[in-house]
Amino acid sequence: MPQIFHHSTNFISRMSIYGAVLIIGGLTYALYAIAMSPWYTDQNIAREQPVPFSHRHHAGELGIDCRYCHTSVEKSSFAGLPPTQTCMTCHSQIWTNAEMLEPVRASYRNDVSLAWTRVNALPDFVYFDHSIHVNKGIGCTTCHGPIAEMPLTYRAGTLYMSWCLNCHRQPEQFVRPKSEVFNPYYEPPSSTHPVVAEGREYTDQAAMGRQLVKEYKIYSLQNCSTCHR
Amino acid sequence: MDPEVSRDTGHGKGQDLLLEPGHTLATVTDKISSIVLTRGTKSGWAWGFVASFALLMLFFVAVSYLLVKGVGIWGINIPIAWAFAITNFVWWIGIGHAGTLISAILLLLHQKWRTSINRFAEAMTLFAVACAGMFPLLHMGRPWLFYYLVPYPNPMWMWPQFRSPLVWDVFAVSTYLTVSLLFWFVGLIPDLATLRDRAKKRAAQIIYGVLAMGWRGSAVHWSRYEVASLLLAGLATPLVVSVHTVVSFDFAIALVPGWHSTIFPPYFVAGAIYSGFAMVLTLAIPIRKYYRLEDLITIRHLDIMGKVMLATGLIVAYGYMMETFMAFYSGNPFDRYMIMNRMVGPYFIVYWTLIACNIAIPQSLWWRKVRRSPFLLFLVSLVVNVGMWLERFVIIVVSLHREFTPSKWDMYYPTRWDWATYIGTIGLFLTLFYLFIRFLPMISIVEVRALVHETEKEEAA
Repeated sequence: MPQIFHHSTNFISRMSIYGAVLIIGGLTYALYAIAMSPWYTDQNIAREQPVPFSHRHHAGELGIDCRYCHTSVEKSSFAGLPPTQTCMTCHSQIWTNAEMLEPVRASYRNDVSLAWTRVNALPDFVYFDHSIHVNKGIGCTTCHGPIAEMPLTYRAGTLYMSWCLNCHRQPEQFVRPKSEVFNPYYEPPSSTHPVVAEGREYTDQAAMGRQLVKEYKIYSLQNCSTCHR
Repeated sequence: MDPEVSRDTGHGKGQDLLLEPGHTLATVTDKISSIVLTRGTKSGWAWGFVASFALLMLFFVAVSYLLVKGVGIWGINIPIAWAFAITNFVWWIGIGHAGTLISAILLLLHQKWRTSINRFAEAMTLFAVACAGMFPLLHMGRPWLFYYLVPYPNPMWMWPQFRSPLVWDVFAVSTYLTVSLLFWFVGLIPDLATLRDRAKKRAAQIIYGVLAMGWRGSAVHWSRYEVASLLLAGLATPLVVSVHTVVSFDFAIALVPGWHSTIFPPYFVAGAIYSGFAMVLTLAIPIRKYYRLEDLITIRHLDIMGKVMLATGLIVAYGYMMETFMAFYSGNPFDRYMIMNRMVGPYFIVYWTLIACNIAIPQSLWWRKVRRSPFLLFLVSLVVNVGMWLERFVIIVVSLHREFTPSKWDMYYPTRWDWATYIGTIGLFLTLFYLFIRFLPMISIVEVRALVHETEKEEAA
């Protein structure tokens, strides 16, 4: 009887067993890598805006407080976007002829809001409240990243549920003194850089976190209905 | 003569044979492989295939419409959120049980009569599980998110709800499918090699050759084959019991009267084997007639399968009896009401048809004449198939439609889409089965050859 297969088939069939394992493993990894990549999550990708507003300049170099523009962040679920009038408090006096700011002036003249592109948007099935977070010692930069260093604003987290749970499962790793919540340059305590929290000085986050979680009555809320109401 | 062996094969008694006389190793191989290789496509096969394929198309239509519109196209409503979909799921998965029972448990118990029916019983298992697996997914509402049921690394950091029987089902059914598929395939390898060696066409040689995975029939191959079969049989044996036990937990862990009962696991397993054997007979009787396999699937096989059905049917009857007894003995008014509602409530016809199909009519299997008449046995097997489907309907729909709170009471009427999905899966099942009998040896050549060998040894003795 003639041979049906060439001799090399033995090798190919053996290799295909290992190959299958490698391909399945590789595909799984590739899918996960895509799901975590900025290409898919928009993490770290600056958005085009009608006016190239720089948080680095305003919040960093000039030191304007977050709450000057995001006025409702301490009282409401929504941090609030400033009306054009807020911009014009300064820009009616300085850079009044800058071409870059023409859309702002046009908005003011015509009484039409600027249409900013949303950078951090959670899906509608997630309930999120800014006020409870900032009132319990979670700083702006914990979620929004190094905002004082962003010439154009980008999303600092993936906004995946794992990203939320990372903190909800271990809030002591992220909590900071309430006095530091709006400090965009805040750094967690270290031996070279101690942090004073509620009258005590700390040199490591673990000790401070434990104490603050107790003091601020922070619970590790992980019930589905905490956010999916 | 060794009386042990003669009881196994039936030889030397001048009566019930597992293999008609006159067969040699060569004739067995010729006869079984010729169905696939030389006899060609017969018109009966073609018409049957066309009919099943049409039903499969109906299934695709029903599922497409379901995906567009959602589960609202079915007759389900809030007290009766589970109706046809889960009835069909349990029915199909139950049918799948005969395959593993025949191939695993009967292999370990050295029951010779399994040899000529195990191959297509296993195929039937696989196709039935394929049909079954679809219903819970279709019933989910958003079937494209079915993978949420699988624990996989995900950016939500979520596990499935391990306390939910739906997740247990996923594990039970997928394990069952994997082990059954492996078992079936390992058993097929020597036969695929036979087909490869006998095929005349190049394409057939290559396809069967790839599937035979380089089988040469050396002593090493055979010894590994035996070990693998035994190991898989050992793995599959607990599955015969576990899968339907887990399926019964879907109901038993809920508090609904008519579901919340410890008798469910054993009674479900018995019912599964009952319906599985009924389906094996439903398929075997026409096939043996059409392909003239009466000498391989003998009257003795039918007789034995009839007895298995009778035995498991009696266990099922005991289950019904105990359900009724416990409802009154427990003194629980809800349980009592549930049983009375089954018997005289709005669905009473379904209940009494079920009793007729599953308990009354199969009692005819006490008569040897019925067990040995292919036609009558075929009728009984059809009746049992219907009865077992009705049993699941009664458990699911009739229990749900009168739950604790009368304000929640409602009726369920299947819509045309309920029927289309159900009948469509029968189309899927039959299509796969038609393809199987056309392209693979439906009786294990290897095992029947072993049976020939034993018979010859006996005759020589």
